[in-house]
Amino acid sequence: MVAFLFLLTCVCFAQDYGDAIVSASIGDARNLLPLLASDTASSGVSGMVFSGLVKYDKDVKVVGDLAESWDVKEDGLVIIFHLRKNVRWHDGAPFTARDVEFTYQKLIDPKVKTPYGGDFERVKSLEVLDDYTVKVTYKEPFAPGLSSWSMSIIPKHLLEKEDLNTSKYSRHPIGTGPYKFKSWKTQEKIELTSNHDYFEHRPYIDRYIFRVIPDESTIFLELQTQGVDSAGLSPLQYIRQTDTPFFKKYYQKFRLPSFAYTYLGYNLRDKRFADKRVRKAINSAVDKNEIISMVLLGLGKVATGPYLPDSWAYNDLVKPAPFDPQKAKELLKEAGWTDTNNDGWLDKNGVAFEFTIITNQGNEERLKVAQIIQRRLKDVGIRVKIKVIEWSVFLTEHIDKRKFEAVLLGWALPMEPDNYDIFHSSKTGEGQFNFIGYKNEEVDKLLTEGRRNFDIEKRKACYQRIHEILYDDQPYMFIFVPESISILHSRFKGIKPAPIGIGYNFIDWWVPKDEQRYNRLTQ
Amino acid sequence: MINYILKRLLGIVPMLLGITLISFFVIKLAPGKPVILQQALNPKISLEEIRRLEKLEGLDKPIQVQYVNWISNIAKFNFGRSYGDGRPVMEKVLERLPVTLTINILSLIFILAIAIPWGVKSALKEGSFFDSASTVFMFLLFAAPTFWLALLLMQLFCIQLGWFPISGMTSLDFEYFSWPQKLWDLARHMFLPVLVSSLGGFAGVSRYMRSNMIEAMSQPYIYTARAKGLTENEIIYKHALRNAVLPIVTIVGLSIPGLLGGSVIFESLFAIPGIGRLFYEAAMMRDLNLIMAEVVLVSILTMLGNLVADIAYAYVDPRIRYSK
Repeated sequence: MVAFLFLLTCVCFAQDYGDAIVSASIGDARNLLPLLASDTASSGVSGMVFSGLVKYDKDVKVVGDLAESWDVKEDGLVIIFHLRKNVRWHDGAPFTARDVEFTYQKLIDPKVKTPYGGDFERVKSLEVLDDYTVKVTYKEPFAPGLSSWSMSIIPKHLLEKEDLNTSKYSRHPIGTGPYKFKSWKTQEKIELTSNHDYFEHRPYIDRYIFRVIPDESTIFLELQTQGVDSAGLSPLQYIRQTDTPFFKKYYQKFRLPSFAYTYLGYNLRDKRFADKRVRKAINSAVDKNEIISMVLLGLGKVATGPYLPDSWAYNDLVKPAPFDPQKAKELLKEAGWTDTNNDGWLDKNGVAFEFTIITNQGNEERLKVAQIIQRRLKDVGIRVKIKVIEWSVFLTEHIDKRKFEAVLLGWALPMEPDNYDIFHSSKTGEGQFNFIGYKNEEVDKLLTEGRRNFDIEKRKACYQRIHEILYDDQPYMFIFVPESISILHSRFKGIKPAPIGIGYNFIDWWVPKDEQRYNRLTQ
Repeated sequence: MINYILKRLLGIVPMLLGITLISFFVIKLAPGKPVILQQALNPKISLEEIRRLEKLEGLDKPIQVQYVNWISNIAKFNFGRSYGDGRPVMEKVLERLPVTLTINILSLIFILAIAIPWGVKSALKEGSFFDSASTVFMFLLFAAPTFWLALLLMQLFCIQLGWFPISGMTSLDFEYFSWPQKLWDLARHMFLPVLVSSLGGFAGVSRYMRSNMIEAMSQPYIYTARAKGLTENEIIYKHALRNAVLPIVTIVGLSIPGLLGGSVIFESLFAIPGIGRLFYEAAMMRDLNLIMAEVVLVSILTMLGNLVADIAYAYVDPRIRYSK
């Protein structure tokens, strides 16, 4: 027993400090002030430099970050955050409730070019009770509000006199997070160094180097010379190109469900798609497993609803409908679609069943999915055309103006399951996100209830029921949740894959002294 | 001569106005909005937020008002800020300029240094095996897609042989290097990009040089020179070459605006932060101020380039006289 304990302590204390991790991204960050960072690259870097009041743990549950704990009072109208004491900004100034207040004021300031104000406009007032206590009062109970406080807190003492939109701190951020900003060479690299005073503990890896390599084939070549330590992989790279002795020796690969799903959305204002039988028929006619095996080379999972698989909101009882073209034909017949003129295409009142799937340019995956759907629907007598449109035009001319019959797109699956904006019938207006025009009274009610309740069990009941209804209603044909595949140099230890991914315990990753590659960087 | 240059310089102003007017309206008429304002279909960002952001950028005003605002700022040398990150457009351009200029000037020197002698040699041995072989070789180089060549070269030099780094401008520990080490590091990083960006140019310049040289060698003055009993070297380098090189001056003059235009393809492949990618991304994001800055920059340079070519022509060719 003693020996075992001894061994355990050895293991725990054997982590070495030092080395650097070089990650590659195809795009550069734009703005490192979290309120203004809206692209993945910026949020990725600013997330290492800043901290929010709360964060998600490995099982996608909300836990404290800068807030040690919180109380929800008055049936969810009030949240009181108790902040950590002795947290310091990277410049040494103490972090206090004033910073939280300042961040909130900037979030709702109409002059600040932040796109994140939405969730905070529901806040009626924010009071600083003392240096380490903040009381947030909402206009009405708003459960997703809690997780919205994962928004990074920015330093009042530095930004108070700055115009946030043009502040120099957008390229030289100072936060409270595990890494401190060191340098940024535009379109080349961003360097961070570990914050020895980080409130959880000093991260083991001393440097974080974020390299911009805009071309995916170059990233792959860099991996082959160990020039890059971590990158994302495509299914093809995962299965074939990295299946070599070199990669097995020097790299480790991770497969985890990604936080996104791909779907076919119907314009429900279109009479043909307003008929639920037609939507169900299309769902039966398309083989999702075939799509996954062909497009993702098997690295994905059939989606049945808009929730993260294995998260608390996900309903395991919703099973995907089997691939059954015969059933599809029957359903279409029931809905009045038959091939009266024997030309191979279904028709009704003399009009053939033909529709166009639109999708955005630059996403080969989606194009392939559309082509497989086209082929499968041909088998049941529906003629599908495919149109690929440049992203900006796609959004402004087609999605915003509702000029589409069916659209192949993906949604990110946020960790907070509330999807009121996507499925509530009040959100069908211009520029809003229920662009398919879905209306279901029960879903509306459940969505409202789900965001008013802080009790996770009650919320769970709401979202699981919504999941069930949505699959039965088929406003979208849910296609797949792809896996996100990442590759990491094998010298990094301490990675523990969890539902949220691998990056959540980054500060615990470490490299044994004799395997460190970048010690020259650490003075 | 000075009058002529002044006249030409003044002519640039109305031309520039016309160019900016047309480009501004064309960009505005193109469908789509600045992507940064659209926030790429994120349910967390509502329409009201987007409208507010548009208003902050002055994009809710009528197009002619936007143009007048823009042009009056330009007159004060204020190119505005990028929608992408809110930084001044000029700062973003100037930051990228040195890299692009270095690579382009190096590759221009490289092209001229190799293609001119090569073309001359081909011309002097017209019809020989060397001439035919280099014709085929040059056309192959010209036709090969840059990205493909670049990837092959990277595979060979960087992975198989390990001579050069694959991408980027500097090594990760660059700042700890001594001066000679820094230079060496830069040279190693620049070699492949300069090579790849030159390959296409070899073909053009060497073909021009070859045909000019063949033409020059058949001129009566060459017979005269031979008759005078000059040595072959004197004939070739003093008489033929000087005449044959004239059109190359025009080509170099016309390539001045090109010096600033990067190439998206090789910049992306080699992860070089150049001008090409800056403007490509600006176009994709409908970053109006940045796109317009490019339009202005490139048009001014094109016009200046033409002017420089004309002047240089007059200088090297005594037969042409502008000043009257």
